[in-house]
Amino acid sequence: MSERMFNSALLLALIAWPLWAWAVDEPFMITLATKAVILGLAALGLNIALGLGGLVSLGHAAFFGIGGYAMGILASHAQSFQPLMQSPVVIEGTKSMPVIWGVALVTAALAALAIGALSLRTTGVYFIMITLAFAQMLYYFTISWGAYGGEDGLSIYVRNGFPGLNTLDPIQFYALCLALLLAALLFAHRLSRAPFGLALNAARQSPDRVETVGLTPYRLRLVAFVVSGAITGLAGALYADLNRFVSPAMFSWQLSGELIVLIILGGTARLFGPVVGAILFVGLEHLLGGVFDHWLAALGFILLGVVLFARGGVIGALCGRARAHD
Amino acid sequence: MTDRVLQTVNLTKRFGALVASRSVSLDLRPGEIHALIGPNGAGKSTLIGQIAGAIRPDEGQVWLDGRDVTDLGRAARARAGLARTFQISALALDDTVLQNAVLGALGHRGGAYAMWRSVLGDGALRRQAEVALDRVGLLPAAATRAAELSHGERRLLEVAVALTQAPKACLMDEPMAGLGGEGSKALTALLADLKADAPILLVEHDMDAVFALADRVSVLVLGEVIATGTVAEIRANSDVRAAYLGDAS
Repeated sequence: MSERMFNSALLLALIAWPLWAWAVDEPFMITLATKAVILGLAALGLNIALGLGGLVSLGHAAFFGIGGYAMGILASHAQSFQPLMQSPVVIEGTKSMPVIWGVALVTAALAALAIGALSLRTTGVYFIMITLAFAQMLYYFTISWGAYGGEDGLSIYVRNGFPGLNTLDPIQFYALCLALLLAALLFAHRLSRAPFGLALNAARQSPDRVETVGLTPYRLRLVAFVVSGAITGLAGALYADLNRFVSPAMFSWQLSGELIVLIILGGTARLFGPVVGAILFVGLEHLLGGVFDHWLAALGFILLGVVLFARGGVIGALCGRARAHD
Repeated sequence: MTDRVLQTVNLTKRFGALVASRSVSLDLRPGEIHALIGPNGAGKSTLIGQIAGAIRPDEGQVWLDGRDVTDLGRAARARAGLARTFQISALALDDTVLQNAVLGALGHRGGAYAMWRSVLGDGALRRQAEVALDRVGLLPAAATRAAELSHGERRLLEVAVALTQAPKACLMDEPMAGLGGEGSKALTALLADLKADAPILLVEHDMDAVFALADRVSVLVLGEVIATGTVAEIRANSDVRAAYLGDAS
């Protein structure tokens, strides 16, 4: 099967599955699909750093959590009618999704700039550890941040709004999330074939080469890390809206690990790899999680199988190795 | 200093008690190949590193095209017009030959942070890359992954990438290493042709190539240039014979 065919089939499934669930009135199925789409978006963000840039960040939960808290803080102020800030300018909370998304993108990007600027001075295991450390810092910070629920997290009673849509309707919220995922997929696709994608990909393969043609690997990686963090941050805001709840768990290292697992399952550096991984993950959680508590052990075995026998992930196993494109 | 494209002035580099470069002054004139030879451990790699910007000298300067580039890093020196090929090929092996060449053109032209438009669809970049590939004879292999190239072809691709940068000077670190007789001959012919575009500072072990190509030769022994001159002068130099070529040659 060609990768193009596989991707088309997957897109079709992403549209057909929730439509079917909607037709037979199974809102829970739509919620599952929404969760898969949002996790896929989060992992797609990570894949720009990891797949294209070779940057194994074990701290992307930081950006997911920042996106989540951007939503939680803005929405909680809106529902309590308390401005976030009184002086020098009054900043009100908001229940508007587009505004929340914008804030999530920008704050996650700024955090990625700060974290990346320091972390990218290291490589390999040190990079993994330092990104993990930053995410853990934020995790413990939110646990002790009493103003926004601390360890208990924050509940938002009504899902935020989007002009012209009823976001409380699962299928409409799903359509919104899917539209964002598709936009991100298009962006990632263009990026991988753009000058930046070529340079970043080369910096992963041979930093010496990139430096010799006059480009700076550090700078390329930092920009990739910022773009990557911003997308994962956006997914965090959506995830918070899906659950109408944010908690420090969004910053947990388990989540950072899960995002990496999704990418490896689906296929590293494959455009649709994170999405496939997210669908598998959510599907397994639903199918196996109901049967026995230790379903993650089963996931572990699958992951082991993929790493040992199918290095290109599910997409690699089905579609063969990635081809250099023209 | 218009007659010197590249120049080192009293470059000195110490590693602890070891002096890897001892007040090295070399220059590269337009249109020439200047070969740098020396026995193993003479400090050739350290010197190349300092010229390319990978190693900071303790003393002395590097001038490129009339400009002091001593404080510039590798990428900045590349943008200033210094191209380089490596002893062990440094290429994006998963990418195609064309992509590798386009990367060079991109580094030269700028705009590497564009995230939306297609890089291979950029006619100007592509043409620049294809002209360079054609020059080294790799255009027919443009769509091949670099990993599938032979050792010799990778060397040629490195030269092609250097050409896309429209360099003012080239630094080539043992381009003949590991090439068979045929490959070595082909590359020798290519370099003889390229020196008119940009002068080449050539570090090389292959004496046949050096004597065939070099307009001037400098001999580095224990971090010090003990002689600089034409091939005939170097061959006749008794210090060089004693220190490096050996009396047998």
